[in-house]
Amino acid sequence: MSYSIEVSDLTVYYKNFKALDQLNFKLSPGKVHGILGRNGAGKTTLLMYLASFHKAKHGTIVIDGEDPFENERIIQGTSFIYEKDNTYHYDKIDKIIKSIHYFRPHFDEAYARDLAKRFKIPMKKSVDQLSRGQSSALQITIGLASRTPLTIFDEAYLGMDAPARELFYKEILLEQERYPRTILFSTHLVSEMEYLFDEVLIIDNGKVLLQETNEQLLEKGHSITGPKENVEAFTKTLKVIHEEMLGRTKSVMVYGHLPEQEQRKAVELGLEIGTLSINNLFIHLTREGEEA
Amino acid sequence: MSTQFRSDKPIFIQVREQIEDQIVNDQLKEGEQAPSTNQLVQFYKINHATISKGVTQLVDEGILYKKRGVGMFVAEGAKQKLVQKRKQAFMDDYVIGLVQEAEKLRISENEIIELIKKAGKGDKA
Repeated sequence: MSYSIEVSDLTVYYKNFKALDQLNFKLSPGKVHGILGRNGAGKTTLLMYLASFHKAKHGTIVIDGEDPFENERIIQGTSFIYEKDNTYHYDKIDKIIKSIHYFRPHFDEAYARDLAKRFKIPMKKSVDQLSRGQSSALQITIGLASRTPLTIFDEAYLGMDAPARELFYKEILLEQERYPRTILFSTHLVSEMEYLFDEVLIIDNGKVLLQETNEQLLEKGHSITGPKENVEAFTKTLKVIHEEMLGRTKSVMVYGHLPEQEQRKAVELGLEIGTLSINNLFIHLTREGEEA
Repeated sequence: MSTQFRSDKPIFIQVREQIEDQIVNDQLKEGEQAPSTNQLVQFYKINHATISKGVTQLVDEGILYKKRGVGMFVAEGAKQKLVQKRKQAFMDDYVIGLVQEAEKLRISENEIIELIKKAGKGDKA
């Protein structure tokens, strides 16, 4: 089971500051969505609205066909996982895991215990005794094992070391195969997670900068390297998002569809064409106006 | 992105070619189970959709086949098919270019054969 999401004209103000500005997008069900953006771009605000923490005042949010705000069915089916969840502060982990099924009907306790063991979370301690990484791992464990149709991870891995994050990514893939759901990820660690995203939504200054599938995005990013003059002549009409020079060799990153005949033309000009990672695209598309 | 992939060719084609290589090298034998999409995603750190595209091509060509609920297997005759296909590609990718270049440089057929023999012995011409 997985929820679809449709956001129309969503605008959110914090006093006079426009945190989200006329957002319009749809998120398809059963997919992993990477929600990317710079610090302060509006990611967390957006995710909190999608998790029904607030009622949309300007614009609408429709989840699985309904208005999610104070909607028992949708809220029960939505997990919002973030590092600083203090809900269970003084409870023993063992007791927490035993109690989740009361409000998460699809919670798999055996799976949660197995995950907790692999994350090396001490079951006999209380949450306030956990390290930062262990605390994040616990939230992730509960989030994965709850199997909610909409699962939102907001920078949920903070403090977790690389092996623990690897385990997390691996479990996402396995769980998604067993019980597909709609997963939203907000992250700064784009490079190590980008292969998980089926679709990518980039938010910049409260607006949707782009929304593409993983494949479309990879097909649109190109690096072009060669003698300075040739590179400049070839990229004159393209959207250049970054450039670097090394002696007389220039390397630029461009964003946009590059038809095959154009690519062949580049090769004839002695230019080298390469692909760009989502991380590269993210960095350079969201830093317009700053010094490159 | 994974450093195992070159950037001048679509990644799904490179994924397909890596699986083909394993079959041609007998690392994956006919009738054996091929890695699942998920295993490939984890190994290559490439998104599902891209991996599936490469795998689907192999299924369409009859190199792999799906057993419902079990996974993907290497078809009987897959190796033979691939070797055949690669021989054709060898002609297009290497031989034609070699002959054209040799004509430009006026290298005779016999000389070419000599050069190939030398290369085969590991000598530098």
